[in-house]
Amino acid sequence: MLGKLSIEALPLDQPIVVWTFVVVAILGLAVLGLVSYFGKWKYLWTDWITSVDHKRIGIMYILFAIVMLLRGFADALMMRLQQALAATGGAGYLPPHHYDQIFTAHGVIMIFFVATPFILGLMNFVVPLQIGARDVAYPFLNSFSFWLTVMGGALVMLSLFIGDFAAVGWVAYPPLSELGYSPTVGVDYFIWALQLSGLGTLISGINFIMTILKMRAPGVTLMRMPVFTWTALITNILIVAIFPVLTATLALLSADRMLGMHFFTNELGGNAMMYINLIWVWGHPEVYVLVLPAFGVYSEVVSTFSGKPLFGYKGMVYATCSIGVLSFFVWLHHFFTMGSGANVNAFFGIMTSLISIPTGVKLFNWLFTMYRGRIRFHSSMLWSIGFMTTFAFGGMTGVMLAIPGVDFVVHNSLFLVAHFHNVIIGGVVFGLFAGMNFWFPKAFGFTLNETWGKIAFWFWFIGYWLAWTPMYVLGFKGMTRRLNHFNQPDWVPYLNVAFLGAVLIGIGTVAILIQFAVSIRNRKVSADRTGDPWGGRSLEWATHSPVPFYNFAHTPVVTSLEQHWDDKIAGRDPNAVRPYEDIHMPRNTGAGFVIAAFGFIMCFAIIWHMWPIAVVGLVGMIITFIVRTYNMDTDYYVPAAEVERTEDQYARAAIKGAV
Amino acid sequence: MIAVTSTHMNEAQHHHAHDDGKKTIVGFWLYLMTDCLIFASLFATYGVLAHATAGGPGGRDLFDLGYVGFETLFLLLSSFTFGLAVISAHKNKKGSAILWLGVTFVFGLSFIGMEIDEFTHLIAENAGPGRSAFLSSYFGLVGTHGLHVTVGLLWLAVMIHQVSHFGLNAVTQRRLACLSLFWHFLDLVWVCVFSIVYLGGVL
Repeated sequence: MLGKLSIEALPLDQPIVVWTFVVVAILGLAVLGLVSYFGKWKYLWTDWITSVDHKRIGIMYILFAIVMLLRGFADALMMRLQQALAATGGAGYLPPHHYDQIFTAHGVIMIFFVATPFILGLMNFVVPLQIGARDVAYPFLNSFSFWLTVMGGALVMLSLFIGDFAAVGWVAYPPLSELGYSPTVGVDYFIWALQLSGLGTLISGINFIMTILKMRAPGVTLMRMPVFTWTALITNILIVAIFPVLTATLALLSADRMLGMHFFTNELGGNAMMYINLIWVWGHPEVYVLVLPAFGVYSEVVSTFSGKPLFGYKGMVYATCSIGVLSFFVWLHHFFTMGSGANVNAFFGIMTSLISIPTGVKLFNWLFTMYRGRIRFHSSMLWSIGFMTTFAFGGMTGVMLAIPGVDFVVHNSLFLVAHFHNVIIGGVVFGLFAGMNFWFPKAFGFTLNETWGKIAFWFWFIGYWLAWTPMYVLGFKGMTRRLNHFNQPDWVPYLNVAFLGAVLIGIGTVAILIQFAVSIRNRKVSADRTGDPWGGRSLEWATHSPVPFYNFAHTPVVTSLEQHWDDKIAGRDPNAVRPYEDIHMPRNTGAGFVIAAFGFIMCFAIIWHMWPIAVVGLVGMIITFIVRTYNMDTDYYVPAAEVERTEDQYARAAIKGAV
Repeated sequence: MIAVTSTHMNEAQHHHAHDDGKKTIVGFWLYLMTDCLIFASLFATYGVLAHATAGGPGGRDLFDLGYVGFETLFLLLSSFTFGLAVISAHKNKKGSAILWLGVTFVFGLSFIGMEIDEFTHLIAENAGPGRSAFLSSYFGLVGTHGLHVTVGLLWLAVMIHQVSHFGLNAVTQRRLACLSLFWHFLDLVWVCVFSIVYLGGVL
């Protein structure tokens, strides 16, 4: 019944894990207690867990991403500390097996459970608003996707306390990730957590492509979509093109481990290099899945805070599309050293270098947007400028790595690690924070505290450079990645500086949490009654803050790229037009949550070979889904009178705010 | 076919279910393309590993084209009868739609039964999925297709009940249209499996 699960699976012999568990358990109980104390369970269930509202799902995605960021960042701090302590041949404080799990978990969490959900959260919140839609194409599937992602994250967290996590690096190369070399359940946790969240991401991708292609308000032609929506479209096309490959690849790895098959093993004809090809066919475009929407955020932020239309809108669109296409022709640069031959390497090297051209176009477009603009240094603008300076270096080291000859020297070294943190922190994470500061008032009706926002930026920015510049140097000095301990006194000062940088980033992260707390405390003072606190240009600023659940009182009719800006100039207020009409909306449903929860049970049971329970999970998923299909009452109309009442409330609040 | 279905739905939209059928069907096409990529990955894997028999039996030793031919026949026939079911559904003939869906189910079940039988024999002959990389990729590819057909059978059963329970309204018509796409898609994949795995393995 319990398969491989026994009391030995609890890591009681590792004090670090036990103490983490104690802290997590206390915090978790405190949260549950508070929810019960304030009697909020019903509210949580009806207003959030079962919600199919794209805005609420977006907010939940981002909340989930921030929680996971704290976990992933704790892993990072532990690694930096270990390397700073163990640089002179000492053992440090983390035994190798534990250290290996930490760097694997760090990568997996940061990519799959921080960056991806944060991006999905921003897209969920912003895209329907920017195209004048009332929700996404398939609201129920949207809720399902979100809960699948959460359940995947929950599996990773659970692996900390029951069993162990993969200790094989974040892409789990075989044969190391095969049963013979990784006999514990760690790799299985990795596989099934990613299967759950990957399925969620895939369904999201289909959902958003259909939303953007089919749900645009009248007049929103493709070339009148804001750049963020464009980047979201390309990102989702990439998602549906690559996530099936990830699903298939992980399924094959799992078949090797659970059914004794030989896809990637050393024995009986298996081919490990095939896994490495397949995983990077997914993995390289995944990088662009993350960074393109961040580019979209910068486009919105830079244009708004420069008080100018975006320079080179069409160029931005075409650059985004060409990055999307090129991203499929570069995967082999992750293993130049595999020995595919000079010509193959040359092809992939050239394709990789080519990506810097459309990216360069974008960078110049942002700079020209700022040129002679009336720039306001809002914190989201600081993140954007910080991105431009940081990312330019990341791009250049990327072109260096794209040269096979250089790659042979620095591959698998800290130079590579510094490069991808340079583009992912400097490109993606800065964009996520820019977007968070930018759209927060749209979601909650009050702005985030600027002082703490700027403190957070400066600590992150300086911390980033302190943490990663030494890594470039260490890479040149020959330090390979993922070292647990080593005896090289020459590296010590660099690793100490890197640790200091990580501490500064930690302070920056704490500053963001303080920013939330201070902003919530001051929410009355910083309330935004106008719906347009920054002088925005695109459609999401045309409705109120926080956005009413039906998004727009009237379906917007669009005649130009910057409809909202033009309306402001002409003094039009489309919300105030009467009479209002009935609005068609989807009903909330708990089915997405329940199916995902059964999925969690199934995957956890599979990991531990608890087959009867796995069957229960599978059957639970199927039956819940079938029952859901018998429910024909999935939508309703909001009466015009209710729309009018809501709109009047907003109007009164706006007048009070103005006085 | 899809156009016909969607006009039905536009009429129905004003009545009870406010279901945007066209959007769902296009979205389902998109899903099928993602599924197609899963099969593409598995075909690529098979292509790489087809000769990695590790001293074990190869396709020529294992495959019985006559047997697989009958399997194929059942699946192709099931696609034909599904087409008849869809025609009946468009003519709003509930009874004959259910009948043809039932016939489709029987053909589909026969296909799966034969496939399971084939797999059992292979495993009994010590040619199971763990024998060699070739056999892993064979079982991986053909088994994934079989898993899809099984899901299709479950879906068929539910649809037979839903058509008899709800009748042929906009929602069940739309679901039939999606299932029909799914079923024909699996047929198409099978044609590739038959040509590449079985014919390619024996010839």
